[in-house]
Amino acid sequence: MKARFRPGETVAVRAAYPPGHIRTPYYVRGKRGVIERICGEFANPEELAFGRDGLPKRALYRVRFRQRQVWPDYAGAGEDTVDVEIFEHWLEPAAGEGAG
Amino acid sequence: MSEHSHGDRHDHARTFQPDHDSGGPLPYLQVMEIATRELLIEKGIITPGEVSRQIERMDARGHSRGARVVARAWTDRQYKSRLLANGRAGCDELGITDLEALHLVVVENTEKVHNVIVCTLCSCYPKPLLGLPPAWYKSLPYRRRMVREPRAVLKEFGVELPEDVVVRVHDSTADMRYLVLPRRPEGTAGWSEERLAGIVSRDCLIGVALPLVGKS
Repeated sequence: MKARFRPGETVAVRAAYPPGHIRTPYYVRGKRGVIERICGEFANPEELAFGRDGLPKRALYRVRFRQRQVWPDYAGAGEDTVDVEIFEHWLEPAAGEGAG
Repeated sequence: MSEHSHGDRHDHARTFQPDHDSGGPLPYLQVMEIATRELLIEKGIITPGEVSRQIERMDARGHSRGARVVARAWTDRQYKSRLLANGRAGCDELGITDLEALHLVVVENTEKVHNVIVCTLCSCYPKPLLGLPPAWYKSLPYRRRMVREPRAVLKEFGVELPEDVVVRVHDSTADMRYLVLPRRPEGTAGWSEERLAGIVSRDCLIGVALPLVGKS
């Protein structure tokens, strides 16, 4: 499997809003996080939802976000995180600190 | 022109599952399910008894397998490492079959980290290990609030965590399913796996409760 990103890399989620069956939650679009792990490759749900085969498979990652980056008024501890599964075509390389 | 106007072009309904008990008319797919089921019965392809038995089988599938996995991990350090590295292989090792297409990530609670599971988009849940999800897991308030204010929600469940314990929320958005490996409580030294499994409740495995000794 060719995965574009490695664990520990900082990435940004595309701030895109296409119609359809999108598994990237709104609350992390445009946010930066760090690759927690590569989950493997899976058929693309955006295609499967319309009865197509979803091929070629896409790399799926778990991306870790700092809660305070996701919700500027987050009330919990600064180290708290939320991990979200995101397909590769929703991720872009990003500089700097993400979830750490 | 606004680049992102919350308007007609967004079809939230396609991805976003409405609240579990929002009432109102039956959704399209549910109507289709009933129609298809009635046709299959009418044509003699399946019987109402078969449908009931399958529903009963799914309802009966509780969290005991998830609890077994935890009890083994508590008693066998090497098993725990293998389980954390590959959740599915850890289940296979215990002879837990019928896992369907489960891709399992096991997340470990420690002195410094507390994990909790949610599915904000719908209600993804490791059914082969935990059975059917409770209604609250599928409810909008849980799904909305667990990512937004997890400490407040955990407190409502009775889990109050000090500030120096990191809360890690896992949003089950795609193909992975999650199981929380709770911390083994004090006062359980020398317990058998079976006895240990008895204090691992379903809610412990979701991350909204902690195993308690003397309450099982």
